[in-house]
Amino acid sequence: MSRVGRNITVSIDRLRHLGHRQDRPGRIASDASTCPKCDSHYSGDEMRRNLRVCPACGHHFPVTAHERLEQLGEPGGYVELWSDLRAADPLQFTDIKPYVDRIREAESKTGMNEAIVCAEIEVRHVPCVAAIMDFTFMGGSMGAVVGEKLARACEHAAQKGIPLIILSSSGGARMQEGTLALMQMAKTVIALDALAEAQVPVIMILAHPTTGGVWASFASLGDVTYAEPGALIAFSGPRVIEETTREVLPADFGRAERQLANGQVDAVVDRRELAARIGRVLHILAPPDGEALLATPPGWAQGGAERVGRVAQSLPSIPGKIMGRIRPGSGDDEGPAE
Amino acid sequence: MSGGKPDGPSFVRRVTGKLGRSSGAQVDEDLWASIQLARHAERPYTLDYINRITSDFEELHGDRLFGDDPAMVAGFGRFHDRAVAFVGQQKGRDTNERTYRNFGMASPEGYRKSMRVMEIANRLGMPIVTLIDTPGAFPGASAEERGQGGAISRSMQLMWRLDVPVVAVVIGEGSSGGALGLGIADRVLMLENSTYSVISPEGASAILWRDASQAKRAAQAFKPTAANCYRWGVADAVIPEPPGGAHTDHEQAAEILGQYLQRTLLELEAQTPAERRVARRDRFRRLGPLRDPEGGVAMASGRDAPPPG
Repeated sequence: MSRVGRNITVSIDRLRHLGHRQDRPGRIASDASTCPKCDSHYSGDEMRRNLRVCPACGHHFPVTAHERLEQLGEPGGYVELWSDLRAADPLQFTDIKPYVDRIREAESKTGMNEAIVCAEIEVRHVPCVAAIMDFTFMGGSMGAVVGEKLARACEHAAQKGIPLIILSSSGGARMQEGTLALMQMAKTVIALDALAEAQVPVIMILAHPTTGGVWASFASLGDVTYAEPGALIAFSGPRVIEETTREVLPADFGRAERQLANGQVDAVVDRRELAARIGRVLHILAPPDGEALLATPPGWAQGGAERVGRVAQSLPSIPGKIMGRIRPGSGDDEGPAE
Repeated sequence: MSGGKPDGPSFVRRVTGKLGRSSGAQVDEDLWASIQLARHAERPYTLDYINRITSDFEELHGDRLFGDDPAMVAGFGRFHDRAVAFVGQQKGRDTNERTYRNFGMASPEGYRKSMRVMEIANRLGMPIVTLIDTPGAFPGASAEERGQGGAISRSMQLMWRLDVPVVAVVIGEGSSGGALGLGIADRVLMLENSTYSVISPEGASAILWRDASQAKRAAQAFKPTAANCYRWGVADAVIPEPPGGAHTDHEQAAEILGQYLQRTLLELEAQTPAERRVARRDRFRRLGPLRDPEGGVAMASGRDAPPPG
């Protein structure tokens, strides 16, 4: 139990350490993974089929933004928006290394421009705008590009009159852009109100981790807010709190399940049910034309559930089958945001 | 100070020039000195200003939900023949008071109290002035469990929605979302020796250098001075302090602040609520340079000129 707590605690030091590693594998999408919670080992293909959730224990692995879009919609079924916006370096910032070098490394590591991907997508046949953060790009931190793309996503969804889905996975504001990164909190909060004026809903998905200036801005303002199991959701992380106040925090501090009890989220939703759950709430709040009057449950509801079931059945259901492949040690490199 | 019009352009320009050049590897001692002044133990705090610039100030207490947060002050006062709502983080002067005020680190109840007062002000049509002075929102387990993140985001949301004029003044240390929670305004003013940053130098040092002793270098990297914030477009004006800093003369510091506030409020009161809200949104929408292949090299938000007087 303590191991679980330790493994999924976000330590900024650890994140930075990971960020510095030169020998990191490339994109996590194709990598085999060892579950940090139960040590089960899976091929990349198994992980992808099971939406990067450990079939044995339900541990939720991190997912890249593009793979998220495929999980929510149909494979390849989205149109990416504003993919060529890139970060500037307004402060000529250098800590241990220059910010421009960090961006270059993140770009080559992830194959992405920035820590967020925006797209037009259909989730269970409901057209939406999706803004998906990617923790693998500089810890999902929010600088001017993330703020700008989120604001555009809000304005675009409002203008088209279709729902906005935001998935957060971020350590907070991007330190390297200083005060201007802080201002992105203001920009995103204000931009969200475009949707209120257009009377379209915002569905917020809190993935691990959602902390700092991201939790204290748009991420806490969803109309419907779902959290993934085990996601850390906090303004101040456990380490900062323990160092500042000398409090001893419970192992599940800030975790999705506890934040549900605290009244901070509407539900904790397993990733394998997430698309169906979003589809369901969108069919209530923003049904495609005519569907609001349907007396029978829409087809996607059964289809979605069946599909989840099929995926689950096609995977090894017990660790026994894969015991022989379990390796000592763990894939902590890509464990969810240690 | 002379008459109703604050002087000081030349003074501000001089300071701007001095701080504005800060770059390069070596530690800029002027910049560090300015940051130390922002947190000077004798610096005037929120109530020091409010009590000097208002006649009659009625402080309100409690968020009507959970409790009262002494780290946040909120209430109404008379300012130049009108009622004005004031809210702001409050630091303490001696050890007991510092503990009582929680070092100016507000809890969710603080933001909810200030929101309550802002809603009343909006309903009654009185302008709102926020005074920002905090190392950040309180990082405690109890604050987290009562929704610190949501309290800050909802405070920002409310401030953007307000119909009445809103002015935010960074009077000392403005760090992190805890500061920005009171920062969504038609005009953001900064005292000459105040700072406005994504994180305190000490916090940045621990995170980025993994060494708490690198605060000077962190400050150097963030350059969060009033003059730089003006240049970035984060601040709309820099308010001069008495020679040597606000701590040397509370009366004069408050007098200058009052003059700037009055002038700013008169400007804003000449606009309609709709005009103010559009401008308020656009003001924050512009902030944050980036490389946009379609829109040119960068979306510049900054200014080249020094702050006007």
